[in-house]
Amino acid sequence: MDFGFNEEQELLRSQARDFLDRECGSARVRELMATEDGYDEGMWRRMVELGWTAIPFPEQYGGLGLGIVDLVVVLEEMGRHTTPAPLQSSVALAGTTLLLAGSEEQRARLLPGICDGTGRGTVALVEASGRWDAHGVQLRAQQSGDAYVLRGEKLFVPDVHVSDWMLVATRTAENSGDGLTLLLVDSRAPRVRTRRLGTIDQTRRLFEVGFDDVEVPADAVIGAPGRGWAALRRGLDRALVAVSAELCGTAQRAMEMSVDYAKTRQQFGRPIGAYQAVSHKLADMLVQVESAKSLTYYAAWAVDNDVPEAPLAASMAKAYASDAARWVTGAAIQVHGGIGFTWEHDAHLFFKRAKWGEATFGDAAHHRARVAEALDL
Amino acid sequence: MDFSLSPEQQRFRDDLRGWLHENLGDFAPSGRAQSAETAAPLETIGRRAQVEIERGRAWQRRLFEGGYAGISWPREFGGRGGSIIEEMIFNQELAEAKTPPLINVIGLYMAGPTIIAHGTDAQKSRYLAPLLRCDEIWCQGFSEPNSGSDLASLQTRAVRDGDRYVINGQKVWTSLAHVAKWCILLTRTGGEKYGGLTYFIVDMESPGVEVKPLRQITGDAEFNEMFFTDVRVPAENILGSEGEGWRVAMTTLMHERASLGVGLQVRSRIALEELRTLARATMEDGRSRAADPLVRQRLAQLFIECEAMRFNGYRGLTRMLRGEQPGPEGSINKLMWSEVNQRIADAAMEVMGPAAMLSPDDPDSPGEGRWSYLLLRSRANSIEGGTSEVLRNILAERVLGLPRSR
Repeated sequence: MDFGFNEEQELLRSQARDFLDRECGSARVRELMATEDGYDEGMWRRMVELGWTAIPFPEQYGGLGLGIVDLVVVLEEMGRHTTPAPLQSSVALAGTTLLLAGSEEQRARLLPGICDGTGRGTVALVEASGRWDAHGVQLRAQQSGDAYVLRGEKLFVPDVHVSDWMLVATRTAENSGDGLTLLLVDSRAPRVRTRRLGTIDQTRRLFEVGFDDVEVPADAVIGAPGRGWAALRRGLDRALVAVSAELCGTAQRAMEMSVDYAKTRQQFGRPIGAYQAVSHKLADMLVQVESAKSLTYYAAWAVDNDVPEAPLAASMAKAYASDAARWVTGAAIQVHGGIGFTWEHDAHLFFKRAKWGEATFGDAAHHRARVAEALDL
Repeated sequence: MDFSLSPEQQRFRDDLRGWLHENLGDFAPSGRAQSAETAAPLETIGRRAQVEIERGRAWQRRLFEGGYAGISWPREFGGRGGSIIEEMIFNQELAEAKTPPLINVIGLYMAGPTIIAHGTDAQKSRYLAPLLRCDEIWCQGFSEPNSGSDLASLQTRAVRDGDRYVINGQKVWTSLAHVAKWCILLTRTGGEKYGGLTYFIVDMESPGVEVKPLRQITGDAEFNEMFFTDVRVPAENILGSEGEGWRVAMTTLMHERASLGVGLQVRSRIALEELRTLARATMEDGRSRAADPLVRQRLAQLFIECEAMRFNGYRGLTRMLRGEQPGPEGSINKLMWSEVNQRIADAAMEVMGPAAMLSPDDPDSPGEGRWSYLLLRSRANSIEGGTSEVLRNILAERVLGLPRSR
């Protein structure tokens, strides 16, 4: 029984923090969020050199053979810095899904690129209904001879502009398996249309992706035909943990900024942190940040060890971290007063990042419903 | 990171489960008494019928004879010499098995560890063994009518008179005072606020000690008021030394929050499972209340928060296993627990609908009255053992390093 990080993980954390403090301060984040691509390829290369993209993959694919627990360490630090980079989409979501559901041939072909940063993937799941479950998937993939033909639209697809391939959840047959088929599609294939969405969190890039009769071969199926949801689920659980970890880092940094400010900002002749109306709000931030971390770390351990309650643990972490990050980053603006509402101050970067994390992969209410289901309520 | 138990810890748990299976028998929960236990874990048993006190004594004696008293106490003091993980397993398993609460909880988790930390050899050999056997029950005299959160402002005076001290004053919120043999009593011996406090072990059978029951909003009288009138206590009954009382009292309070946390979380989760059963069984317009999306959201949220407390607790234990002292972070779980427990009661009331208007002793009150009892009893959870306001002060000042608030 040991619920803490080991020495290597602590080292990874301090290395990540040093790197991001140096390369990804808020001035740099602001520059990058104003660019079209929204990230810095040079910074990305250096993250790759630090091994971050290789963390959760086996050595045979060029990975480090570590787990989500280790990835969580890095993602927390990226959340702290509101780092713009396609690590979340390519490694935590697309990479782990391919690792868990892809064929040996697919893994051997694509994972080395994910690990060395030369190839990037993403996942296209949500549609106009806004649902994050299997029922929300209506995009048709019509079987035609040896191929599938995709027709329809996906929304909120992360980082498709810098991806080489995407895993697309499609509806293939009503009565076989879960009715879905997960297909590997070249992001630059003919008749794939992308449109960048305006995002409240400018450090994130999300897209509408249209498929106007896009044809993929039968060997593009990930997992088995008619078993697309089963193929996605375990990767999605890992992505839930990854987003929760980012939310923890974002909330923790917003709390620390608020504490620092409350110690120095004077009103009525005293630091505002000496007033309980302020200090108790900060104490409540601490309670929520620590609890979000506890649930996230446990969920990371649970998915790494594939224990039966792993999906439940992932939903618990995502539900709690979503609420906590929204409240903590909002309270941080309040503690800072007027300056916290300005564009110049960083408080809004955290508030906006928290909103992205809250709404992506299902919000707190969605995951509480999943928890209720798992508890057989 | 590893959540599995070591082979030794698994053996400890399995042995304990087997032992409980064989020994719980006539101590197994029944009817209304159990509902009160589920609802009121922290404050132990308080003033209940003598028969229950005797039952509690007998249960703890049986635990002692089975080798399950003072799990993490050193062997030389009659304990089991186990780790804090075993202490945690012990508390979890007892809560799961719905055993009677440990009647000598103040002795086991507050007075005992304080004596081990600060006591003389003579004190250790006099007090610890009868405490573990439950031959002598302990109570705690800290709070006073005018000294609640500001504990160090207390006014109960101890004045030296030769080799004795003469104690005068009043204490309040004292569980078990009417059945206790010993009281850990915090008194004022000097003028300095913190440096003027002295910690005594007082014989409750001494002339001049008077105990009066205090009736609560539940109608029960778990607590007492204690009056001390010229009570003469030998100087050798000081724990630590004169003027050192605050430091010694901090040991007591840290142990209270660190040790009891795990059991509380488990009891809240058990209450939540019972609430799930209630929600399923309660029908509205031909539909189970458990099918109502709002009810499901509330119960799921409470379950998530219970789990968060469990993992917060594990992280705290891990820090202790790595050699750190139990820190002020322990206040996080106490703060969360009191609020979760109150919201469990609120959710139960919502599930119950108009039956929420029934008193706990009405025969039609759902769950044999446990939910209505919990509603009332849980209001004390955010006051006893440190009010939520004081706990937020502790977190703000001692964890976040904010200036002292006023």
